[in-house]
Amino acid sequence: MEISTLPPQGVTTRTRRWRRLRKVVALPIAALALAGCTVPSFGAKQGATKTSRSTFHLWQGFSLGAAIIGGFVILLILYAVIRYRRKGDNIPRQSQYHLPLEMLYTVVPIIIVFGLFAATIVVENQVVADPKTNVTINVNAFQWGWKFSYPGTSAVVVGQTTQAPEMVMPVNTDVHINLTSTDVIHGFYVKEFNFSRYALPGIRNQFTLHAVQTGTFFGQCTQLCGLYHSLMYFKVKVVSPSQYATWIAGFTDATTAQAASKATSQQTSSLVPSKSTASSGAN
Amino acid sequence: MTDVLEHPLDVPEHGDGHLHDEHHGPSGLLKWMTTTDHKIIGLSYTVTSVIMLVIGGLFAEIIRAQLATPNGTLVSLSQYNELFTMHGSVMIYLFAGPFAFAGLANIIVPIQIGAPDMAFPRLNALSYWLYLTGSITMLAGFFTAGGAANFGWVAYAPLSNSINTPGAGADLWIGGLLLTGFSAIFTGVNLCATIFYLRAPGMTMFRMPIFTWNMLVTGILILLAFPVLTAGLIMLYCDRHFGTHIYSVAGGGVPVLWQHIFWFWGHPEVYILALPFFGMVTEIIAVFSRKPVFGYKGMIFATLSIAALSLGVWAHHMFTTGVVLLPFFSIMSLLIAVPTGIKIFNWIGTMWRGEVWFSTAMLMALGFLVTFLIGGLTGIYLASPPLDFFTHDTYFVVAHFHSVVMALVLGGMGGLYYWGPKITGYLLNERIGKAQFWFLFIGTQVFTIPQYLLGLDGMPRRIAVYPHDPQWKMLNDWSSIGAAMIGLSTLLFVVNVAVSWKKYPAGDNPWDAQTLEWFTTSPPPHHNFYRLPQIRSERPTWDYNHPEHRSLAHGDHADHGAEPSAETVPAP
Repeated sequence: MEISTLPPQGVTTRTRRWRRLRKVVALPIAALALAGCTVPSFGAKQGATKTSRSTFHLWQGFSLGAAIIGGFVILLILYAVIRYRRKGDNIPRQSQYHLPLEMLYTVVPIIIVFGLFAATIVVENQVVADPKTNVTINVNAFQWGWKFSYPGTSAVVVGQTTQAPEMVMPVNTDVHINLTSTDVIHGFYVKEFNFSRYALPGIRNQFTLHAVQTGTFFGQCTQLCGLYHSLMYFKVKVVSPSQYATWIAGFTDATTAQAASKATSQQTSSLVPSKSTASSGAN
Repeated sequence: MTDVLEHPLDVPEHGDGHLHDEHHGPSGLLKWMTTTDHKIIGLSYTVTSVIMLVIGGLFAEIIRAQLATPNGTLVSLSQYNELFTMHGSVMIYLFAGPFAFAGLANIIVPIQIGAPDMAFPRLNALSYWLYLTGSITMLAGFFTAGGAANFGWVAYAPLSNSINTPGAGADLWIGGLLLTGFSAIFTGVNLCATIFYLRAPGMTMFRMPIFTWNMLVTGILILLAFPVLTAGLIMLYCDRHFGTHIYSVAGGGVPVLWQHIFWFWGHPEVYILALPFFGMVTEIIAVFSRKPVFGYKGMIFATLSIAALSLGVWAHHMFTTGVVLLPFFSIMSLLIAVPTGIKIFNWIGTMWRGEVWFSTAMLMALGFLVTFLIGGLTGIYLASPPLDFFTHDTYFVVAHFHSVVMALVLGGMGGLYYWGPKITGYLLNERIGKAQFWFLFIGTQVFTIPQYLLGLDGMPRRIAVYPHDPQWKMLNDWSSIGAAMIGLSTLLFVVNVAVSWKKYPAGDNPWDAQTLEWFTTSPPPHHNFYRLPQIRSERPTWDYNHPEHRSLAHGDHADHGAEPSAETVPAP
């Protein structure tokens, strides 16, 4: 805030300008130095997957930049309106152009933008990477529920709205997800993964999740999909690889069929009318 | 040049100095219905769009009341879907655009460039009636059996097809949007033609005020973007009723095609909405700092760059579809920050070493500046695909674009306080105006900041209840309080109009303003001008009133060179 104090009387324009400039330059550098010790989280969380953490660090970087630039601009605005508030009926000097200054605030933002873009690309390549893996889960979204099936095994989990079906996946393992939709567009979103992706009819969306901690995480459809969009819940349960293997082995063809029919016939949520979930899209 | 310009106005002068400025013709309702005068049409647009702002605002208040508790029962799930769909649709299609590029632009642009009217006055009238009809058509959905459209203001296929959204409400939404879309296209044609062909002698392109420049660029963007939306809507209608399967997988169509078409219109639309308000704020800041627009040519360059870039960024709304080229749309979107930043620095530069006068209009412009800065900075996050994956379809995005559009509302209110006296001849009450500003400005921040935090905590958009996450209640309550404050500020505006009704005569130039519209009377006569000053810069009125204070380039210290003549020339 010291930048908004009035300069002492009698100081020539040039030194005043220089002092002001020094403050302007020193401020972000000081903030950077301070921030180097502990970068605040800016409201986001680390999350539970490898990529959620890279995304979180990218978030911190962007937020730091935004805080510095935003703070600097707010200070400029405050300084301008306080220092140059109307004091009389004077007509100020009618200066209109300052080409060096204008070039400065064109070129510097371009450099910043390319810096942000570079950081984006690094994280983006991690997030969209699709390494080879043995664990694949087919996620199918429908109005208004989720079906998680595990190709090569008999495991299937289906549930609607507040039944919140559970997608079980092993920790510290790359898990390949094939995401599809039966009817309209849905959004696969898990808060702790800092990640979302559309489930589109006719398109198989693929991505990899790599959880680094066990636990049960809440997920929810984020793309408006009709009446019960608000309640289209699911869960992701991250377990140890051995627990995962046991869980998978617990499914036989008979239990699968039973579970599937149970999920479609029995509605735990009184809100949801009985609705056919016959698949007509891809997959 | 056109007919109008070739025949000088016949201006009979009466003994008492009054000018006979009314054309012979009908009066009252019939005059309003048959007029082709750009000022009356512009006023109709402004009043209608402010009514739409109130209607859309009421929807917002109901939405915020519903979200004040985790299991809100004020409205049903389906009513909630209708409400946020119509809130977004009314605000974007029926308020923000028409208010700016048709309302104030219609009134101000011809006067700013010294023209007697818009280039195509009858087309202009047609635009307004299409807009009014379209607005009523869209809102009529509430009176159909199935209710209004409920697929979100973006109407994503296949949710918007006839299986998932049967009923007339959706069709009325499409029809209303087609009508207002044509209205926008005709207005775009009119703006471009007027600005290219009807400028007064001496008003070269680089002597046009920034507001007029921004309206020209807006007009060009309308012509590029709106026909695409219109085509997309016709295809949607055909899908719904004639079995064309353009957006349906079952018939070999592609649902994502709708998103491409919609956002190819939708992102330029963001700038179609924003540029007029940028122009208003530019004029206000310059006038109330008593300085020329700092970096005038850089400002125009920035506007043109924003418009050019805006045509290549649409898929940043579609990062999470998984079917777009992420890096290309990411860098294009990030680059928009550069010209936008230039504008912000130019606005600050305009105030720098000026005489900043805190009128209501200026406060609104400053409120715009701060709010738009927040909305702009959070927009940069969303240009980065990993951060978009993180926040897409959460309240973070809702908060981001509400920061932007509330900034536009602040700018627009500034525009009304600034130009209102020119249109009506009367000033608004400054005391009530300032109270309105503080409610609007603080309300906006109380409204949006909790939403950013809710988004980071994972609250999705467009949900009517959140029984699983009752901890969101507190932040939602704060947001609802902010919404109530915004509602109150709108009420204060209505009160101000009533209180100030024909009370404070404005005179021709109450703000010591700079551009040509302040040279004529308030309100201007039928064809706007009886005489014009010599136009030697983008601020002829200032040059006329303050011939010794012309604009200076960097390093230009002396007031030398040819002084602008204080003489006037008769209007052509």
